[in-house]
Amino acid sequence: MSNDGGAVVPGREEAGYDASTAPAGGFRKGSFGVSGSGDTSGFGGLVRVEPGGAVALHSTDRPYGGWFDEVTDALIEAVGEGTYAAAVQRVLVDRGEITYFVAREHLLTLVRALRDDEALRFELCSSVSGVDYLDSGGPAVAPGRPRLHVVHHLTSMTYRRRIRLEVAVSAEDPHVPSVTGVYPTADWHEREAYDMFGIVFDGHPALTRILMPDDWDGFPQRKDYPLGGIPVEYHDATIPPPDTRRAYR
Amino acid sequence: MSTTYDPADPYAGSRETTEGRVYTVTGGDWDVTLGADPHGEERLVVNMGPQHPSTHGVLRLVLDLEGETVTKARVVIGYLHTGIEKNTEYRNWVQGTTFVTRMDYLAPLFNEAGYCLAVEKLLGVEAPPRAQTIRVLVMELNRIASHLVALATFGMEMGALTGMTNGFRERELVLDLLEEITGLRMNHAYIRPGGLAQDLPEGSVEHIREFLEFFPKRVADFHRLLTGQPIWQRRLKDVGYLDVTGCVALGVTGPILRAAGLPWDLRKVEPYLGYQTYDFEVPTADTSDAWGRYLVRMSEVNESLKIIAQALDRLEPGPVMVEDKKIAWPAQLSLGPDGMGNSHEHVAHIMGQSMEALIHHFKLVTEGFRVPAGQVYVPIESPRGELGYHVVSDGSTRPWRVHVRDPSFVNLQATAAMSEGGMIADVIAAIASIDPVMGGVDR
Repeated sequence: MSNDGGAVVPGREEAGYDASTAPAGGFRKGSFGVSGSGDTSGFGGLVRVEPGGAVALHSTDRPYGGWFDEVTDALIEAVGEGTYAAAVQRVLVDRGEITYFVAREHLLTLVRALRDDEALRFELCSSVSGVDYLDSGGPAVAPGRPRLHVVHHLTSMTYRRRIRLEVAVSAEDPHVPSVTGVYPTADWHEREAYDMFGIVFDGHPALTRILMPDDWDGFPQRKDYPLGGIPVEYHDATIPPPDTRRAYR
Repeated sequence: MSTTYDPADPYAGSRETTEGRVYTVTGGDWDVTLGADPHGEERLVVNMGPQHPSTHGVLRLVLDLEGETVTKARVVIGYLHTGIEKNTEYRNWVQGTTFVTRMDYLAPLFNEAGYCLAVEKLLGVEAPPRAQTIRVLVMELNRIASHLVALATFGMEMGALTGMTNGFRERELVLDLLEEITGLRMNHAYIRPGGLAQDLPEGSVEHIREFLEFFPKRVADFHRLLTGQPIWQRRLKDVGYLDVTGCVALGVTGPILRAAGLPWDLRKVEPYLGYQTYDFEVPTADTSDAWGRYLVRMSEVNESLKIIAQALDRLEPGPVMVEDKKIAWPAQLSLGPDGMGNSHEHVAHIMGQSMEALIHHFKLVTEGFRVPAGQVYVPIESPRGELGYHVVSDGSTRPWRVHVRDPSFVNLQATAAMSEGGMIADVIAAIASIDPVMGGVDR
């Protein structure tokens, strides 16, 4: 695990990386992926850009292909061009799935249109999950690149389509509007995302912990949450806890 | 004989009899402690669980009662939270299988299949045809086992204990087959990214065929035992009502949704592993109640038997793991004198013949393979509904995030909608008809 949570990553400037022109957002650092092991070969300083990265920064160009264009056009028609342009920061088509990166102010407008518009009909909210991109293989977390992502998976049972909405917020201001008013099923999903990532869903009827005890401290699935493992002795050898073992990345 | 007043214990009087002193516990202190009920009603808050045989695992219910009518049902979960999602982030991609298989412990092979399909989608590989067919085969066997437990516990919770013993007895037949194929009754870790841990052992196909011959009779026995029984029918009919609108709003899928009349089965509507080539029906009911869910599950057992028979017929010899040596597990397993382990030929090869093979083995086992960065969502139809895997990779040898949309977790939200306004005894029927598995709910 690398520890470059800040905006500056050693080696990135030397590699001449510019996030705005990069073909995609995924990074790989080092040749062997080993970190913290005293690698003196010099290969640890390499920075490689990989397509379709975890926090890909690029946007797919239209046409997206298949029914993706149909859905996008219907969505633009339903919410209006101005709202769409303000709401959807970028769209990523990867591995046959489409992701809309949404500004949180416009999330509710979009999901209402997605559920109710006749050409969209995303009746089912399959899943809401949180992802913490702190120190991921992607670009470092920065004010413009918040670490906490809320991912909504919507399903249209009428047209048999699935799309993904992704909202990114920072750990300092982890507020996202709750979609429980549109999709009641999101109730427990959002409670879980709050419980595990500390994402606050504004407008949720009862945002309390769901899996962890009520008095639990911290948000366990955040990447900076200490695991608190203890070394285990076995046959005269000591095995360190998982987060302090030598990591291959 | 007269009762005596004991100032130390205002609620227990005592009197002397020829048998000795007899205490009379009167209770009746409700009015003293609660005061007069201002609304003239009796509101009672009852806690059920988490340790209660009829709450289907460590599920806790807090029920507001007026008489025997439930006015409010709150569900408390989390007692079986084991942090599996977090754990997978500290293991390599292959090890993830052994973690996810322990979530919904009645449907372990579905967990493995969903996870592996997600990893394969990230990798851009597809398991060979034989592996896909065997996956379908073992998953449908698993579906039968899971439904049998659902029906068995359903019986137990309704007081039909023979249903329970029969259900678990038949399930054992399926578990014997799965044990023969995978080595374990549960938590198999049999389906791996890229294919399977190993091929079907010799003789297992014949044993499955034998099973297919006599098992329909066992299903018929189950029908004879429960379906026509008047008490069984009256306990289930019109209980736990939830229509299609309610199901979709609450995200409920699986047999509950199909019992409401919508034939939504991911094996049909979004086929994976070649399900579109199998001939089977999607059973539905139009009652939207526990009775319909019971019938749907019973019919699904028969449909699974049909799929298994077809899968056996189309088994062709071939590899069960992708050819790519950068992904495929290097060692073949075999049974040695000390149990299952790496085959002797493989160990002899890497230890005595090829340094490169040893390095390759070592790298793949300790470090694992890399999965290109990105995210996917892969839904499959588990016995309880849509089992979705949202898997994120940052390009390393470990998952960045594995989120599981477990159907039990989502379906359990419908408890309040199904049981509020009904009788307290029907809460049990409603929850039994949801068939939640707490290992999957809490993960």
